[in-house]
Amino acid sequence: MMAGGLARFVVLILATAICGAASVFQPISDSHRSAALDVFAPVDGSYKSLDEAYEALKTLEILGIDKKSDLSSATCENVVKVLASPSSSTLKDVFYALSVNGILKCKSGEDVPKDIVSKLQTGVKDAKLLLDFYYSVRGLVLVKEQFSGTDISLGDAEAVFRSIKALSQSDGKWRYSPNNPESSTFAAGLAFETLAGVISLAPSEIDHSLIQTLKTGITKLFDSIQKYDDGTFYFDESEGPISTTASVIRGLKSFAASESTGLNLPGDRIVGLAKFFLGVGIPGDAKDFFNQIDALACLEDNRFSVPLILSLPSTVISLTKKEPLKVKVSTVFGSKAPALSVKLSQALSSGSKGSSVINNQELKFDAESATYFLESFPKNFDVGKYTFVFEILLDESANEKVYITEAQTKVPISATGAITIENAEIAVLDSDVGSVESQKKLDLTKDEAVSLSANHLQKLRLSLQLTTPLGHVFKPHQAFLKLKHESQVEHIFLVKTSGKKSELVLDFLGLVEKLYYLSGKYEIQLTIGDASMENSLLSNIGHIELDLPERPEKAARPPLQPTDPYSRYVPKAEISHIFRVPEKLPAKQLSLVFLGVIVLPFIGFLIGLTRLGVNIKSFPSSVGAATSALLFHGGIGAVLLLYVLFWVKAIGSVHDSKGTVFAGSVSVVRRTQNTVSPRSSIEQAEICLKDIYSSL
Amino acid sequence: MVKSTSKDAQDLFRSLHSAYSATPTNLKIIDLYVVFSVFTALIQVAYMALVGSFPFNSFLSGVLSCIGTAVLAVCLRIQVNKENKEFKDLAPERAFADFVLCNLVLHLVIINFLG
Repeated sequence: MMAGGLARFVVLILATAICGAASVFQPISDSHRSAALDVFAPVDGSYKSLDEAYEALKTLEILGIDKKSDLSSATCENVVKVLASPSSSTLKDVFYALSVNGILKCKSGEDVPKDIVSKLQTGVKDAKLLLDFYYSVRGLVLVKEQFSGTDISLGDAEAVFRSIKALSQSDGKWRYSPNNPESSTFAAGLAFETLAGVISLAPSEIDHSLIQTLKTGITKLFDSIQKYDDGTFYFDESEGPISTTASVIRGLKSFAASESTGLNLPGDRIVGLAKFFLGVGIPGDAKDFFNQIDALACLEDNRFSVPLILSLPSTVISLTKKEPLKVKVSTVFGSKAPALSVKLSQALSSGSKGSSVINNQELKFDAESATYFLESFPKNFDVGKYTFVFEILLDESANEKVYITEAQTKVPISATGAITIENAEIAVLDSDVGSVESQKKLDLTKDEAVSLSANHLQKLRLSLQLTTPLGHVFKPHQAFLKLKHESQVEHIFLVKTSGKKSELVLDFLGLVEKLYYLSGKYEIQLTIGDASMENSLLSNIGHIELDLPERPEKAARPPLQPTDPYSRYVPKAEISHIFRVPEKLPAKQLSLVFLGVIVLPFIGFLIGLTRLGVNIKSFPSSVGAATSALLFHGGIGAVLLLYVLFWVKAIGSVHDSKGTVFAGSVSVVRRTQNTVSPRSSIEQAEICLKDIYSSL
Repeated sequence: MVKSTSKDAQDLFRSLHSAYSATPTNLKIIDLYVVFSVFTALIQVAYMALVGSFPFNSFLSGVLSCIGTAVLAVCLRIQVNKENKEFKDLAPERAFADFVLCNLVLHLVIINFLG
């Protein structure tokens, strides 16, 4: 039964398509881990730069992949080199060297690299730009974390705090530099991290009102958050939504960690941000991958609120298999959620508006697989598409401060079942009277069961009844009847569902032209398919012998059928462009002869000049006059030289770069030409040429 | 009616020549220049007639360059001619500068049109 297999395949594809379109967010899984190994594969055992190395190592560490031993030797060499001579490297290099050191532990212990600390401390002191503050302050925080024998503190922490705060804008965004009025959300994330570092390095507590204004700034920043229809939230800017959002989340995490009074952020936004990163899927770009994983790690472990994600292993419920509906609740990395209960508050059918099939049903919990499940569905639960609305309730109210869940999670679910096909009949009717000429019951499980014959004055009627397991009329998404002539000409007709019946009547009198007057044997094929139909079918019912009138002269001929049905997907023949044929050039010698002839009048001109006794005796001899005269002639000569160069395309050539030296651009040429303005050259001429001219 | 003979023609040319030799040298130079450029143009026209006019814009720009500079030279001659009272206020240096400038502009166009 190849047809049956195909039908099953169609259903599978449809089911997958529905799952793909649904906005169900799955936590980070093993597919991310295997992708990470590809994305962050080092070239020749090391990474191009320290920041790339940090991003790779950090991502692999968060995902729990241990590759440190393979990478540490080459990367550590770079780290030690930078840390040994901080004077020859930038603040950024030092910062990333320390970051990598934090993961690989290339250098640790009590001996604090003094020159690094002093470089970072002068960095903080001299900093004007946000990035300088960021690298130096975060660098000091890293030194403090990694080298135990230190007690680094910023003496003038409050002044540093104020000077960073001075870069903030009223809308919660930050500027990169005091001279640049452009503000950015990405910079805001960097600023929060920097300020968190300043707070943790401060010897005494920072003025509380300063921190309070910063918190108001964070609230304002959340006003500029953007939203997708499926409830995901993100920040967008020129750096791209992933980088920008990740930067803000990193900043918020560090800030919340350094500060004791707690950060009160809108819960739905936090869940929306988590859903945004989960919805990204697996990025192919290393930077995006790092930002996604790092931001999710910040959301997994933070001091404001940890989002819990509701996910479904499958969004298709089969009514025939009586499988339970399974729901999982976990953090973004799939680790266990605290004790909670999941309630299916509504199951909205997409067909009938507003009516809910299931109301307020609590899901049972299976501790072993950490899954919540709904075992039985109510009797009136039929096949079709539904939107399930879940609610999560935390058992312990103490957890409500730590964890945050979505108020309602809407999940599209499709319920599938076996559709019963009854009263399938195919009949040939007499057109004028409507009396039945021949009628056959159809058994759709068998192929080639029917053989009919009809002429152009008769009709073909196909009728069947489709019912759902609950006995309702089922309207399939696809129901086609295909007639295929011996000459491979195909015609497809739609089977319409009206009332209880699905019916198709073909009046051959009106169809003769469409059938190209082709008499003979037609194969009949019936297709019924739907995403919720488990027994979708593609069945060869049989054949019909049609007796149609002769083809008139003017009628259209049937189109030629390609021998290979897949050839219509083959690429079209390449279009060859016709260019103008270049015209014939004369022989080169001929052209050269005429070039010589062209020079003859010029020689004649020179001879004529000598005959006339022209001389340049009165060329100015005093230094000043001679210089300006030379300048004038030189100027004219230069302009002419410029023309020649332009002509041979040595300069001003924009499109021809092969073999010519690009010595300038059109704009340069234009400017040079503009300097020869009429007035200046005339004045020059009057001064320079007085003597020469009068002598002639 | 006096019959015209070759002697008359010779006389005519002779008187023309003697009259012309009285013209100042600078005007003669300009005349020579005009003759030079007109001949150059004629050679190009002959080339076109004999060989063909395929890069037509090159031919046009070559001929127009010669004709144009000849016309400009004639203008210069009108302006620097001392017997022409119309331009007696105009300094010959100014006229020459005009000539140079117009030539530069003309040839800028020519170079761009040359292709």
